Amino acid sequence: MSREAGSRERPGAEAGERLRWQCRRGMLELDLLLESFLERDYPSLSDPEKRDFTRLLEMQDPQLHDWIMGDKSPDDPAFSPLILALRETLGQP
Amino acid sequence: MTLPRRRFDTLIIGAGGAGLNAALQLAGSGLRVAVVSKVFPTRSHTVAAQGGVNAALANVLPDTWHWHMFDTVKGSDYLGDQDAIEFMCREAIPTVYDLEHMGVPFSRLDSGKIYQRAFGGQSQDFGGPQAARTCAAADRTGHAILHALYQQNIRARTHFFDEYFAIDLLRDDEGAVLGALVLEIESGEPLLIEAKTTLIATGGCGQVFRTTSNARINTGDGMAMALRAGIPLQDMEFFQFHPTGIAGKGKLITEGVRGEGGYLINGEGERFMERYAPNARDLAGRDVVARAIVTEIMEGRGCGINKDYVLLRVDHLGEELIASRLPGIRESARIFAGIDPVLEPIPVFPTAHYSMGGIPTDRFGRVVAPAGEGAEEVVPGLYAAGECACASVHGANRLGGNSLLDILVFGRAAGKDIVEYIKENPHHRPMSEASLDQALSRLLYWAQTEKKPSGKGKAKPAKVTSVRELREEFRKVMEDHAGVFRTHKTLSEGVKLLKSIRKQLAGIHLKDHSKVFNVARIEALELENMIDVGMAIATSALGRKESRGAHSRPDFAARDDRQWMKHSLYFKEKDRLEYKPVRSKPMTVKSFPPMERTY
Ligand SMILES: Cc1cc2nc3c(=O)[nH]c(=O)nc-3n(C[C@H](O)[C@H](O)[C@H](O)COP(=O)(O)OP(=O)(O)OC[C@H]3O[C@@H](n4cnc5c(N)ncnc54)[C@H](O)[C@@H]3O)c2cc1C
Repeated sequence: MSREAGSRERPGAEAGERLRWQCRRGMLELDLLLESFLERDYPSLSDPEKRDFTRLLEMQDPQLHDWIMGDKSPDDPAFSPLILALRETLGQP
Repeated sequence: MTLPRRRFDTLIIGAGGAGLNAALQLAGSGLRVAVVSKVFPTRSHTVAAQGGVNAALANVLPDTWHWHMFDTVKGSDYLGDQDAIEFMCREAIPTVYDLEHMGVPFSRLDSGKIYQRAFGGQSQDFGGPQAARTCAAADRTGHAILHALYQQNIRARTHFFDEYFAIDLLRDDEGAVLGALVLEIESGEPLLIEAKTTLIATGGCGQVFRTTSNARINTGDGMAMALRAGIPLQDMEFFQFHPTGIAGKGKLITEGVRGEGGYLINGEGERFMERYAPNARDLAGRDVVARAIVTEIMEGRGCGINKDYVLLRVDHLGEELIASRLPGIRESARIFAGIDPVLEPIPVFPTAHYSMGGIPTDRFGRVVAPAGEGAEEVVPGLYAAGECACASVHGANRLGGNSLLDILVFGRAAGKDIVEYIKENPHHRPMSEASLDQALSRLLYWAQTEKKPSGKGKAKPAKVTSVRELREEFRKVMEDHAGVFRTHKTLSEGVKLLKSIRKQLAGIHLKDHSKVFNVARIEALELENMIDVGMAIATSALGRKESRGAHSRPDFAARDDRQWMKHSLYFKEKDRLEYKPVRSKPMTVKSFPPMERTY
């Protein structure tokens, strides 16, 4: 029944804007990290990594929050490096 | 271009706890319900609420709704309407049982009953010993509630418009609300949703302050839509700040840190709370600590290059205690401030948390506004519930756990009243094309490549040229001039600066004119809304010459019941203020007269 957006792939700037909106979440913590990640880290990801990130954004907020805070680890191994990078994105100088 | 139109019995703007609980009442009565949300429903801000929801179930300690009512009236610093408060505290009990039946996984006692935590401001026997009134689903109460409500709505065939942004309400000459103009974010196409009744449930507006615990979506859109439709906002000067947010980020650091022995220091390394609250020190009330922090900074004793924060020390507690008693704090500080609190103190600043004010409603969720010179009247077809509304149950300050309660109780009350309203008003009223044109013009405005000065609000040559830059300037002005520390001087300067920002916005144009997923355009619309709401906050705060609850004016340090036991109403037109009496008569019990608020 879910009508979650963001799962369709689209090339170009439009896709970037779509992702930017998917980074708007119900928790400030996620907004801060996802927004920073999208701006500084996302552009240098490989295409498969970019697809993983798009998939990651489909997860529920508390789920993402738990993974980032290290309370739980993601069952999908493709998410692990992204979660690590999200944890570091604000701490970088 | 012809504008696509859809018709529903009810339009609900907002899919948080308030909107979804209302929708559920309606779908059950066979009405056609549309719910519009700018983000996917389960990403609404309700998901962030961890603490829980209050109800006098008396599962852990003795309790009654009447004690809950007393605490809420007292917490509101006697500015809450006592009929609405009585209603909310009575309704709390069936509301929580309803959630239980919907499958919200509340934490339980061994007996199987719902577990209840003790929160600040809860008492037994009208101000006696601590009560335990907060029901929680582990540390994800908001998520559990939102998720259950969403699933129920899917089952009930509520029609969701996900990622649609509401632009403005439509109103006819008689003042009746006819629906709203919305924008599909993906396609960039406008859509007219006509409805016999419209409920605004768009949540809070914490983003108007630079440092906030609120998610980015909390831009006060519904409040600003009401203002533009000629409806005032009530009690906007009352904004709750949490003393310890991570500086520059806003993320909350729980009170528990100070409870476990953490303390604040200023740029000179001094434990300054000793000066402000010699006994309670770092454990003094939220407002006392928040004000002390800002005073230290304003007097030049802040930390860092810009001296714009203070430090929260926990390193003396040791790694083991931090790990066992304050799990999560170390990670939070590391991830959001880039420091390890075992070794270094955490930079903190008060963070804007909750808006007590909003769109004025009665206890049925109906929007009420003064009609001309006369008494207040119901706005036909318009409802509001949740953080965007002001029922008013929180008055000058909200108690923890009462906000989830407010959104659920008044969401449901609004849903019930809408059913009755539609029985009596079964037909759609004709659309007001003038009102529609006005709403569309707001959209077209941001599609222009160059701004032509429109009407009297002459565009000022912009000093800043992007929406983002202006947004940051605006949020800083709000924090510095209408935040925790407010005097006649800061507020009147603030209002002047806000007027200038309002003009600057009119001089900015967007570079991106693509239709599809044009986030820049949404952000421009949001900034317009934030500025309208910011003006309401600053103007109302300037008007109220007393200190009450969360509104503290060092230049008028005392509560003044003789002159100020009244609600403020701010109108966008001419930035005008009016006042209306507090409803101090409850539904069935005796009124609680104002007393000194001591804890
Ligand atoms: C960190 C944090 C913790 C909290 N913890 C607690 C707690 O433990 N207990 C408690 O009682 N309270 C708590 N609160 C307060 C409480 O969470 C909120 O007041 C409450 O969830 C607001 O619910 P709502 O339904 O009014 O709005 P929200 O849940 O904010 O939903 C608003 C909805 O409106 C939609 N919307 C907004 N603008 C538009 C637009 N222009 N077009 C279309 N849709 C729009 C959004 O998409 C969203 O669906 C907490 C708040 C914060 C910040």
